[in-house]
Amino acid sequence: MSPLALSARLRRTTLLRSLGLVLGGGVGLWVLSELLGAYDDLQLANGAYYFAVLAGLTMLVGLSGQISLGHGALMAVGAYTVALLIGNEHWALVPALVASAVVTALVGIPVGATASRLRGPYLAGATLAFAVGLPALADKFPATFGGENGLIINPPIPPSWLGANFSLERWEAWIACAGALIVLFVLYNLIHSGWGRTLRAVRDDEIAAALCGLRVGRTQTLAFIVSAGCAGLGGGLLAIVLQLADPGAFPLQLSLALLTGVVLGGLGSLAGAVWGAAVLVLLPSWTNDLAHSFSLSTNVSANLPLAIYGLVLIGAMLAWPSGIQGGFRALASRLYRLRSRPAASSPTQ
Amino acid sequence: MYHRHTRWLAPPIAMLAIVLALAGCGSSSSSSSSGSASSSGSASSSGSSSSSGAASTAPGVTSTSITFGTHQPLTGPAAPGYSEIAPASQAFFDYVNAHGGVFGRQIHLIIKDDAYDPATTVNVVHQLVLQDNVFGIFEGLGTPTHTKVVGFLNAEKVPDMFVASGCPCWDNGSTQPYTFGWQPNYTIEGKILGQYIKQHFAGQKVGVLYQDDDFGQGGLAGIEDEVPAADIVSKQPYQSGVTTLAPQITAIKAAKAQVLVDFTVPIYTAIGQLTSFTLGYKPQLVVSNVGIDPITVGGLLKTISKGKASGTALIEGAISDGYLPSSSDTSNPWIQLFMKIKAQYDPKVPFDGNVEYGMANAYTLVQALQAAGKDLTRQDLVSAVNNDGAKWTGPGLVPFRYSTTEHGGYGGAEMGQVRGGKIVLFGGPLTTEPTAGSPITPYTGTQPPPPAGGVPTN
Repeated sequence: MSPLALSARLRRTTLLRSLGLVLGGGVGLWVLSELLGAYDDLQLANGAYYFAVLAGLTMLVGLSGQISLGHGALMAVGAYTVALLIGNEHWALVPALVASAVVTALVGIPVGATASRLRGPYLAGATLAFAVGLPALADKFPATFGGENGLIINPPIPPSWLGANFSLERWEAWIACAGALIVLFVLYNLIHSGWGRTLRAVRDDEIAAALCGLRVGRTQTLAFIVSAGCAGLGGGLLAIVLQLADPGAFPLQLSLALLTGVVLGGLGSLAGAVWGAAVLVLLPSWTNDLAHSFSLSTNVSANLPLAIYGLVLIGAMLAWPSGIQGGFRALASRLYRLRSRPAASSPTQ
Repeated sequence: MYHRHTRWLAPPIAMLAIVLALAGCGSSSSSSSSGSASSSGSASSSGSSSSSGAASTAPGVTSTSITFGTHQPLTGPAAPGYSEIAPASQAFFDYVNAHGGVFGRQIHLIIKDDAYDPATTVNVVHQLVLQDNVFGIFEGLGTPTHTKVVGFLNAEKVPDMFVASGCPCWDNGSTQPYTFGWQPNYTIEGKILGQYIKQHFAGQKVGVLYQDDDFGQGGLAGIEDEVPAADIVSKQPYQSGVTTLAPQITAIKAAKAQVLVDFTVPIYTAIGQLTSFTLGYKPQLVVSNVGIDPITVGGLLKTISKGKASGTALIEGAISDGYLPSSSDTSNPWIQLFMKIKAQYDPKVPFDGNVEYGMANAYTLVQALQAAGKDLTRQDLVSAVNNDGAKWTGPGLVPFRYSTTEHGGYGGAEMGQVRGGKIVLFGGPLTTEPTAGSPITPYTGTQPPPPAGGVPTN
């Protein structure tokens, strides 16, 4: 077997490909975190936990065809799990993060089971109610959840072998990026497995899928649970990075922003989730800087970022109806066609 | 076949693109801020131990400028009224700068919007400290927001001056040496309001409507310290962000409370009064200083009722308190000074309690900078407040509670009432401690007029 054929075969193996992806991404993120200053490391950490949530959501919306306006609340479940386990029970970081994913996936079971029976606007409505209602629980049980003030957790301490001057923000970025890469690995393998094909079959035609012997409801519920687990891990990472679990940090706007990120990045694609996370982290600060570069009255410049944000969204959706990733994909295939046209007459392979 | 073989490359390519974007924005931001900003992150986090060295290396200070940052709800539910505070502080700094600044340094204030969302607060405060290299944080607004950054600021040894919230949680000089409160804490305020209720509405049934956080709970604790428990017939919490107070007001009405105490921010004072009006419930209203500014509440009443409630009729006669002169007391020389500065540097907003608050707080910061001296380090500013703060006079009616261990801000207030749409203070200033059972005593010192020129000189 020629080395070329071997590498082609290896690339076809989903597991190896995903491992290569995670290793490559890990090295890239490590280099990035070393290059960036402390505040940009924090931004990187923000992007990483957003990616964990968006990757799960993009699988749910893009591949299983369900919509969720409740992922902000699922993040809250993960964040409070971590805050309570680390703050009250003194758990170590890794088990607490695993628990945040597991607990949120468990919460996702009833929600997902309900969701699999609902369609379209009713599904959106049910998950919306979840997003509105759940943070109020923190106020209902102030002794446990800290009420309106929420919970504060101690920052993770970088291990001593990294040196005394190793910044906390870089350590947080490492933790969050590790979580994001694990989500990438799991979802990449799931999407490219037989279960991923089941998911797409259910999305495209439920009746046809059912006639083929696929269990529609169970598949959709499972997709919701996996997605909830990712959101929980993302929320847990948020709690570590920002050292808080607070009802004010998980408003309805967060759920809407997550959906925006998924659609803007490109539905159903993990690369789209990377774009979406970048948009959620970078766009607000860019619009802020832009708004403040004009010398306007405070009242106008305070509200201008929201207006610019809206305009950017409208512009992006007009330019790339299938999201940023879809736009790049279309661009790439156009370039490929341009390049391959002269050679099209000769027989290939 | 192009797609099948290359699609897997998409995530790494996307990541690479973001690497470039982030690196680009990182470099642009560090080049946009001045001089010493090059190694922003590592310098300030590792430098926290060494920053006590030479004065010239303190972040955010040059021989001609000093930069503070703040987080404010410029948008979102807490924005009405409160969004005026930081621009008013900025106006006062502009005035001081026009008169030569402090030791020749111009005071800059970077205002960041956090929309009252604690996750955003954490991010913008990190940006201010790590990227913009501010000397300190000034007037960060809100209890649920600012509590999330106190740990970070004290770990980085960044002065956290004069938090815009009366939470008792700022008052801990031994565990949070860099954080200082400014306005009277809510327990002190609750005690002073409670004593008035006990004396003037003795035996009447009292209902309390309070925001379910350290603000409302602190205020309730103060009320309970003074008013006999048997008289408090109903305690109704609400969560910030709700759109109706009908359940709470209905419960307080059903308990036949004759006195209604509000520990509410302006918008909920307005919603509560409209609800009471709709239910035909007319108790004697007592409102925390935080939630009664007549111009703000009057404007909100008009907006929420779509013009049906005119002006301040629904809060007329309400009992409250103040630790600064009433913003409508145009005979007071401090109010005259602040109105003059507002007309010149912040002309577009009405002169109300929020503007007065921002200017008075800025005045205190300038006092602190004067006391800290010309060779300025972060520790110098903190020490100046610890050592001298209790002696400072200014727009406040009562002295500050500042020492190495006490970081509480103003130690009392004077009773007031809304009369003719304006707050009229009466009875003389009172001082007390936030501890349960400590006595409330009249403060006999008089308020000196502002220094000539309006800039504190110490």
